[in-house]
Amino acid sequence: MPGKSSIVIKLVLVITLCSTLIFAVALGYNYYSSRSILEKELESNARNLSLSLVNRVETELSVVSRVTEGVARALETGRYSEKELHTLIRTTVEKNPEIFGSGVAFEPYAFSKTSRLYAPYYYRENGKIAFTRLDTSYLYVPYLLWDWYQSPRELGRLEWSEPYFDDGGGNLAMSTCSVPFYGETDGVRHLKGIVATDITLDSLTKLVSSVKILKTGYAALLSRNGMVLAHPLKDAVMNESFFSIAEARNDPSLRELGKKMVAGETGFIRYNSLVGVRSWMYYAPIRSTGWTLAVLFPEAELLENINRLSLIMGVIGFAGVLLLTAAVVYIARSITKPLRSLAEATHVMASGNFDLELPVVRSNDEVGVLAQDFQVMKESLKEYIKNLTETTAAKERIQSELQVAADIQASLLPRQFPAFPERSEFDIFASMDPAKEIGGDFYDFFFIDDDNFCFLIADVAGKGVPAALYMMVAKTLLKSEAQRLGEPDQILAYVNKTLAIDNDSCMFATVFCAILEISTGTVRFANAGHNPPLVMDSQGVRYLALKSGFVLGPMADTVYETERLIMQPGDTLFLYTDGVTEATNLTDDLFGEPKLLNALQDGPRQESDQMIHAIRDEVTRHANGAPQSDDVTMVAITYRGTVV
Amino acid sequence: MRIGYLLLLFVIATAALPAAASETPLKKVSLALLWSPQAQFAGYYVALDKGIYAKHGMELKILAGGPGHSPVQTLNNGTADFAILWLTTALQQRAAGIKLVNVAQLVQKSSMMLISRKSSGIKTVADMNGRKVGLWGGDLSIPPRALFARHGIKVLEVPQSHTVNLFLRGGIDVTSAMWYNEYHTILNSGVDQEELNVVSLSEQGMNFPEDGIYTLEKTLRNNPSLAEAFAAASLEGWRYAFAHPDEALDIITKRMREAQLPSNRIHQKWMLNRMRDLIMPANSPATPGLLTEQDYRAVGSALQRGGLIRNYPDYATFTGRHRAGEK
Repeated sequence: MPGKSSIVIKLVLVITLCSTLIFAVALGYNYYSSRSILEKELESNARNLSLSLVNRVETELSVVSRVTEGVARALETGRYSEKELHTLIRTTVEKNPEIFGSGVAFEPYAFSKTSRLYAPYYYRENGKIAFTRLDTSYLYVPYLLWDWYQSPRELGRLEWSEPYFDDGGGNLAMSTCSVPFYGETDGVRHLKGIVATDITLDSLTKLVSSVKILKTGYAALLSRNGMVLAHPLKDAVMNESFFSIAEARNDPSLRELGKKMVAGETGFIRYNSLVGVRSWMYYAPIRSTGWTLAVLFPEAELLENINRLSLIMGVIGFAGVLLLTAAVVYIARSITKPLRSLAEATHVMASGNFDLELPVVRSNDEVGVLAQDFQVMKESLKEYIKNLTETTAAKERIQSELQVAADIQASLLPRQFPAFPERSEFDIFASMDPAKEIGGDFYDFFFIDDDNFCFLIADVAGKGVPAALYMMVAKTLLKSEAQRLGEPDQILAYVNKTLAIDNDSCMFATVFCAILEISTGTVRFANAGHNPPLVMDSQGVRYLALKSGFVLGPMADTVYETERLIMQPGDTLFLYTDGVTEATNLTDDLFGEPKLLNALQDGPRQESDQMIHAIRDEVTRHANGAPQSDDVTMVAITYRGTVV
Repeated sequence: MRIGYLLLLFVIATAALPAAASETPLKKVSLALLWSPQAQFAGYYVALDKGIYAKHGMELKILAGGPGHSPVQTLNNGTADFAILWLTTALQQRAAGIKLVNVAQLVQKSSMMLISRKSSGIKTVADMNGRKVGLWGGDLSIPPRALFARHGIKVLEVPQSHTVNLFLRGGIDVTSAMWYNEYHTILNSGVDQEELNVVSLSEQGMNFPEDGIYTLEKTLRNNPSLAEAFAAASLEGWRYAFAHPDEALDIITKRMREAQLPSNRIHQKWMLNRMRDLIMPANSPATPGLLTEQDYRAVGSALQRGGLIRNYPDYATFTGRHRAGEK
């Protein structure tokens, strides 16, 4: 059913799609903006967290730096005996819990002219302060070659060493803060040795690792060389550098990131962490050592709340859209259901059945109004068709009655041909083709006595029943008066007088009335405004010249005159009404008198019936199917002469 | 070519050995390495791990190397049957009276480099004049010192430890580095190749072959086939390592963990790849494992010119090849 699909589906599609789109855009925007708000907050949170962590590390380191610096300056300013030196170092370790161990390493022969190397070292062991001498405890590599000694020596400043495993010293992973100290001989400043203070890497990485960030976030520590010092990837700690990981993963961007970190930059970036989690990372340098602290926030955890919220909103939205769709389907159905039954009813009505019951629509909306109007329209149509049926029936009755009248009228005219087969002296033929309805033309012929034969043609003005009734009166009068008076002028005058009485409707008729004296062939005739007949004699065909006379009916005192015409045997008199000459074709051209004349000249002349048929054919041909407004009536009489 | 052909004969001969050797108990052999476990010695560890030495009739023990261990001493005092030594070291020690014989020459060219930062303005060897240059102690300083002597420059020598941190911190202007080791360490400390100026000794006419397998003359004399078998097994180990780098790295990593050394797989991978470049250089006519007479003479005369040795034995004596000729 295409009608069903169109409205309901269109509505559902458009409304559902639009609302889904609106909802999706709103949800997307909400997600996006919540996320960017969160990211902004995250950045400041991350920065605060990192900086506080950096500060805690820095605090620990700066204590160590200050203490180391202090020892170095003390060694420069004062002269210390070996015992005092040992006390100084021991106290330094004792008083500062951050410090794992501390030592003073001398340049060759700087402590004593007799022994080359000297490096006392105090460190913590099992909760006590232990002592060793680095000049003897380092089995293979003398302390002079260790980074913690060489770097400050060559650079002449405080240095934090790259974390290392102190094999032979503390035997732990540590970083050493070393400060060179100098002495003066003969005004020349020269290096005397290095004060070195160790912190265990453990103490720092514990500090960093203890920071809990969300569920799986973490803080990481990188050395100045990018070496991983603290990280959840335990295997990487002290084994991998950020750059070796970048190389192993063939990830140049990771290397670039590492370079930024070791260069002491600060940044907040989104990246795939080394443990493969999409994260936000804030990194900041620990200035004193050149290390980098990074704090990682797993994105999934950060966005967990937003994602959950979005999911719930999505579910609500989806349910809402479903509900909306159901509502749209319901409403669309409630609209289209009466429409559909109306359409079905209309379909039945279109086939002409107005009696079916229209579906009841109770709603007061447009559909309800439509249904009501439809009901009214149906009733009106039904009423109208009922009226139309009645009117048509009445009209048909009148029509049939008129037909009967026309039949009666036609039956009044003599229609038996040959009319007088026993009389060979003349031959008469007549025809009347009524126009649309009963008309006013008529003809008549009869014997007044044995020798006088009256014939006439008439045309009553007007149409229909009045004309027919008038024609009846006129015909009856003419016949009775002709038989009584026997002369055409008197007949017409008398009939005129009779018709003129009480002729309120001013009806009239034209009549050509003639009487043939059979024995002599003399025709006496009088005319009351009728078309002149045609005479066909030995000289040809011509219109009879006659006095036209005034029509019957309007004026009571009209006088008519009888004229005479002698017919030789073989002559024919042709009478007609204006229905012949005024016959029209489709372009309203008249048949006309000259054409009638020609038609008679060219047509058959022997038999009057053939003559009339020929003229009728000519007229029919001329009309060419155009309906005629006037009756076509013709009478032809041929005189044969008396039989000897 | 003749010698290469003969060596090939040895290899074939020793490859046929195991069938006979399986009957007899494995001969106990020990090897002293230059340094602690790393991919520089992948071939020996792999050959041991994959049973290649056993296949050749030996039960190998790899002695601990690294700081404090002198392979020459270990060899000389009889603790080790074989040792990995640099050619320069071996020539010096030979000159000093220790009768060392080159059994196989693995590293065919010098992998030593002198690296400076471009920012220091040092571009050529001459630019190093008067600058602080980190030099390793002992024999490893021989090639750079020879180079400086040839250029007639004087540098401020700073003893260099086994880290490059002093260089990274700016404590020295130039650092000694091995192509397969320190160079990569510097790169993976966040310094780009483009920031460095690298002088390769091999490109400075100081192409001294490095790691080789040495034994004492008397060891060779007592059991000539052992040295041949050892060289063959070691080469086979290297070939296996290069053909199966991942497996080789697994073996190396395991050894490093055992020695409690920081192990960085990508660094060891770099090292293994460089060792392949050094042991089996592409586009080189050199036969892997063979010390060419030409290289030998070049190093010998360079050391002699530098005053580091007075004289050096002839090629056949040094490589024990006269025995091959006797055969």
